Amino acid sequence: MADIPKTPLLDELMEGPWPSFVREIKKAAKKSKTASGLLAQLERSYTDKISYWKHGGLVGVKGYGGGVIGRYSFLAEQIPDVAHFHTIRLNQPSGWFYTSEVLHKLCDVWEKYGSCLTNMHGSTGDLVLLGCRTEVLERIFSEVSNDIGFDLGGSGSDMRTPSCCVGPARCEWACYDTLALTYNLTMRYQSELHRPEFQYKFKIKSAGCPNDCVASVARADLSIIGTWRDAIQVNADAVGEYASKGLNIARDVVNRCPGRCMEWDGKALAIDDKSCVHCMHCINAMPKALAPGKDRGAAILLGAKAPIIEGALLSSVMIPFIKLEAPEDPADEDAYPELIEFIEKTWEFWNEHGKSRERIGELIQRVGMGTFLEEIDHEPVPEMISAPRYNPYVFYDEYYEEGEEGEEEEEE
Amino acid sequence: MAETIRPAQTDIGPPHYEKFLPPVIKANYGTWKYHEILKPGVMVHVGESGDKLFTVRCGSPRLLATETIRLFADLATKYSGGYLRWTSRNNVEFLLTDQANIDPLIKELQAAGYPVGGIGNTISNIVHTQGWVHCHSAATDASGVVKAVMDEMCQHFEKRQMPGKIRIALACCLNMCGAVHCSDIAILGIHRRPPVVNHKDVNRICEIPTIIASCPTAAIRPATVDGIPSVTIDEERCMFCANCYTVCPALPINNGLNDGISIWVGGKVSNARTEPTMSKLAVAYLDNDPPRWPAVVESVKTIVDLWAAEARPFERVGEWIERIGWPAFFAKTGFEFTKHHIDDFKWAGTTFRRSTHLRYA
Repeated sequence: MADIPKTPLLDELMEGPWPSFVREIKKAAKKSKTASGLLAQLERSYTDKISYWKHGGLVGVKGYGGGVIGRYSFLAEQIPDVAHFHTIRLNQPSGWFYTSEVLHKLCDVWEKYGSCLTNMHGSTGDLVLLGCRTEVLERIFSEVSNDIGFDLGGSGSDMRTPSCCVGPARCEWACYDTLALTYNLTMRYQSELHRPEFQYKFKIKSAGCPNDCVASVARADLSIIGTWRDAIQVNADAVGEYASKGLNIARDVVNRCPGRCMEWDGKALAIDDKSCVHCMHCINAMPKALAPGKDRGAAILLGAKAPIIEGALLSSVMIPFIKLEAPEDPADEDAYPELIEFIEKTWEFWNEHGKSRERIGELIQRVGMGTFLEEIDHEPVPEMISAPRYNPYVFYDEYYEEGEEGEEEEEE
Repeated sequence: MAETIRPAQTDIGPPHYEKFLPPVIKANYGTWKYHEILKPGVMVHVGESGDKLFTVRCGSPRLLATETIRLFADLATKYSGGYLRWTSRNNVEFLLTDQANIDPLIKELQAAGYPVGGIGNTISNIVHTQGWVHCHSAATDASGVVKAVMDEMCQHFEKRQMPGKIRIALACCLNMCGAVHCSDIAILGIHRRPPVVNHKDVNRICEIPTIIASCPTAAIRPATVDGIPSVTIDEERCMFCANCYTVCPALPINNGLNDGISIWVGGKVSNARTEPTMSKLAVAYLDNDPPRWPAVVESVKTIVDLWAAEARPFERVGEWIERIGWPAFFAKTGFEFTKHHIDDFKWAGTTFRRSTHLRYA
């Protein structure tokens, strides 16, 4: 049993209806001195309005360069229990599905060696074990991998742990199998995930439809967003039911359609699918009546990142539509050939031309999208832009020499 | 400790997700027909087969003790065949096939202090970062601010009464581990003073060219200080991004007196109706005021209350502001509009009003 320090400021966060993280730390502190030390350090931060964690530290497990975040305290002398407070990232199962049994097993290991505190989950998707000492890292890795079948996730300049939405496991809107793709990419790129050899981080997120429940367009260098090419599936009777139950279809569905492709005469909904931009709004509004079409796949976008270094970016379209049929063998190395080719060409270009700590989106901004497309041998298509350029500063690289063939035709 | 450690299994990857899928999901995988929200925090998915899967969703503080994980696991054993999942917004979902188990499960979750809700037009859980709990570059705490804001918002998590979806996120510095830059309301920790240069350590523990290259505004120059190689920082050019601190621990930027919080609005990631878009600056600076950050909570509440009162059905915060205009947004919220709200980084001109489409109400 650890002594629980006095924390008058933190205790104010034990009140109120929302579940309290302070209560969670105190639960952990009943079993773990590390968690108890965290309370003491955090109370100091709340008093002084500053973090007392040191910057980084090289710790890890044998054979890997990522998966463990080193963390040491500035207050190690006053609070020796948090001198080390390293994080282990465990690669979560696709879709964050668990059983009670596997959660208990993970808790057993973490209660034996760590702070009893976790994040369910980290921003990138990993199951985060929060706070342990250097000497237990190998033991934890040994037990979770040998006995529970879990592996570490990514950190540093590597491919970060891919993540995805719930997909076809529980969503009628999933336009491809996000879980299968995430598993396949994760297994295929184990080395890229565990051994940082890139310029910087590379995140992959798979969303089953344009609602993008994993925020891939904002949070992933490679955003794989499900969509469809054929007509929206309509159940006319169910549309009528929504109308009779009070949904204002004209105002709240038709008038909000960005493709201006719908008409409602009070009885029937007409959709001009050629003008549909596949935004999901009408389907979200009437899930029992409308559904994405049957010719399903995904759009591939590239380049999102948070502000550091050159400013925040959203991903932009690289492949407007691609089929992503899940293979029978989940780890099949021949699956998703077109996507894999795109990923690997992109990495090759980035590895060769990127500067240290330059994300792919920033590299494309620096060298120009045209150069990037040419270098990876990827055809420019108008779906990639919201509008063509409006400035005339074009880097023309084709021109006629005096007397060349074709000159006459040009002068007509 | 003389005993040997069994070598770890390397590169085995995560367990295959199929091991953790309940039988009803395996049977209806990819053939779900539709879903309906039955009541706050409860939805049903109906398969082509006619099978029904009931989901009960509860909120969590993301920072979970193993004791709580075991509690969720035991509730899953009792009510959902041992099957549960987490969402991308740190909610826990129990996957039930027996409708009769819904209410007893909800009762137990609520009794244990975990509110049920967050589905449909509610305020879902806040996505957030580590803050003072675990991060070296945090300009504010994450969990504490989230707790204070969600205490105020919990009623909207538990009831479906909002005009549309609203996503709140928090990042404790502009590294933005949570990439909050596309949220309806983003709470962002900020530094306001340049790093302090520890001249003794700079050349000893860092590479000076790397430090210089890390600065997006070229504010860092090499210098010799007291006979040792180091760097100087042009304070006028520093915009407090902390990128140099990320590459060099000898340039600490945390400042208890000057670090604080900014609030951004109107971003979204979904493609529904309007395109995904970044959040824009609403409140440039609020003091760090632990343990409950009242001014931050008040600002978020101001935005949420106004939006809830004024937005048309389905309108997100950004769509509502787009309709009423930014001048009206600042007038109605009472947030001060300052020079800091006008972009002065790259492509700043794209955000200037370059027309006379002005409202004079």
